[in-house]
Amino acid sequence: MNIHQSATPILIVVVPLIISFILPLLGWRHRRLVFPVSVLALLCSFGLSLVLAGRILNVGPVEYFMGGWEPPWGIAFYVDHLAVLMLLLLTFVTLLVAIYSKKSILKEAPDQEVPFYSVYLILVSGLTGLVSTADMFNLYVFLEITSISCYALVSLGRGMAVVSAFRYVILGTVGAAFYLLSVGYLYSVTGSLNMTDLARILPGLYESNAVLVGFAFFVIGISIKMALFPMHAWLPGAYSNAPSAVSALVAGTTTKVAAYVLARVMFFVFEPSFSVETLPVTTVLSWTAAVAMILGSVMAIVQSDLKRMLAYSSIAQIGYIVLGICLANEMGFTGGILHLVNHAFMKCCLFLVAGAIVYQTGRREIHTFRKLSRTMPLTTAAFTICAFGMIGLPPTGGFFSKVYLILGAIDQEQWVFVGVILVSSVLAIGYLANVVRYMYLPADDDEIATEMTVSSHGELERENVPLTMLVPMLILAAGVVLLGLFNGVVVSQFIDPAIPIGLLR
Amino acid sequence: MLEFIIGHFNNATYIMLMMIGFYAMIGKTNLVKKLVGMNIFQWSIILFVVSLSAKRDATIPIVFGSHSSGSPVPLDASSYVNPLPHVLMLTAIVVGVATTGVALALLLRIYRRYGTLEEDELLQRVRSSG
Repeated sequence: MNIHQSATPILIVVVPLIISFILPLLGWRHRRLVFPVSVLALLCSFGLSLVLAGRILNVGPVEYFMGGWEPPWGIAFYVDHLAVLMLLLLTFVTLLVAIYSKKSILKEAPDQEVPFYSVYLILVSGLTGLVSTADMFNLYVFLEITSISCYALVSLGRGMAVVSAFRYVILGTVGAAFYLLSVGYLYSVTGSLNMTDLARILPGLYESNAVLVGFAFFVIGISIKMALFPMHAWLPGAYSNAPSAVSALVAGTTTKVAAYVLARVMFFVFEPSFSVETLPVTTVLSWTAAVAMILGSVMAIVQSDLKRMLAYSSIAQIGYIVLGICLANEMGFTGGILHLVNHAFMKCCLFLVAGAIVYQTGRREIHTFRKLSRTMPLTTAAFTICAFGMIGLPPTGGFFSKVYLILGAIDQEQWVFVGVILVSSVLAIGYLANVVRYMYLPADDDEIATEMTVSSHGELERENVPLTMLVPMLILAAGVVLLGLFNGVVVSQFIDPAIPIGLLR
Repeated sequence: MLEFIIGHFNNATYIMLMMIGFYAMIGKTNLVKKLVGMNIFQWSIILFVVSLSAKRDATIPIVFGSHSSGSPVPLDASSYVNPLPHVLMLTAIVVGVATTGVALALLLRIYRRYGTLEEDELLQRVRSSG
């Protein structure tokens, strides 16, 4: 097949990267310009992703060789339908969160906006590069660019954020080191780093111990990066202590990209038959994912802090995505990727809402949210829509991805997983409906009622979340519904053409 | 058994270093020692990947001879040391330095805020400060 050459993939990565280095110079004298310039850079990336998507839908996958060096010698970028779906998702979500963070970062980390936006743009270029690269070592570099900027962003938060960030550094580096080790092992037997080249050489070497060890280290390393259940220790602290814009960003993007890398290497670099039969990691991963779905949800029910609850729910949702990918059939894969997109929207929006509530009222504990729907009707409405999506009620995207997941599990005759998906959804009602109930509950409790009347004399009666914060939340909430209504388009245009060859039908 | 270990000398070394790093990360309560453990862990892998390209009686990948002394002497690839693992690990070292830098900056902020780098004392102070 003749693959088209295009420089668009590299531009998506490079534009934020260059702007991020210009920002500190710009911010020195003109601090007001930092926000518009970084939004412009992200807008540019999003626009380029749209152009690239249009092109890929017309002519198929696109590639770009760095410096004109053809693979396997040079580094190549390769963007297919799946990768462009991820690019669209990442650039869109990061654009919205950047707009949101204008006011919220001013309040939560004052005088930090120049380094904040600079690191933010580095993070975006790391994420987009991670998705589009076709070189295993280049992937390691982008993985670390993403992680290091995440550490820095998380540490901007208050309270224990610095300690959580340090814990994240230690665990994240162990994950990356394992990934590096796996690249070393694969290189020692194949002599190649290019993914396409590896996919060509590896089938003859599947019995080699080095390949088996390398693959095992890859799975462990990337599982730490996406906080799959037993390796999730860094996640709750990092998510709940970071500034709210950063929590939304990290929850919506980094773990999702790690899941994408898992699918990419497991099914595109290695053959599905290797991951399913020769070294049955899909079996192991799908069982750990099932445990994650149950335990993550149970832990979420116990939490009283909204952001901490959302963090534990993220662990459960990562379980859905990994389970879908590791069912290793068409339905399951479609469900996993669709849930990845849906969950990025939903969890991002939920964290933004949590941030908006902190912004206006300063409250984080769920039981203090009584009557919140009166003072913040739009924010609570966005929360409710996303909560419905997480539970999986019909018009939202969450419903359709769960249907695909269940169909995939039925195809494999894995009845336990069908049960686990259903039970985990019921548990999701347990923790999310509770919050919604508190938000819409009339203030009948005496103590709360007096507190509300005291504080609601002045501005608290109306929604005074700034427009730059409100609009991204509403767009994301609308996106959750639209993804549900138009899930057929996403599946047929982006996921179906990218389903790896050799998956079970 | 001994022959196996000597035959896989580089593997044995990196696994030993890796375990030392692991021990420091898990067993030590001082955060700086944890960071040192993390570094040993990273460096063990870098050492291993560099050792992959080690070769006895091999030379550097440079074509000998010059324009003045006639045609360059062709050398077959088996007498070269593969330079690519070294180059890759150079990048990995840079990444490691960046990570260490961020971690040290975080440690500074932890110390300024809580006045300690011992994990148990730190957790106590975090609890008492709410």
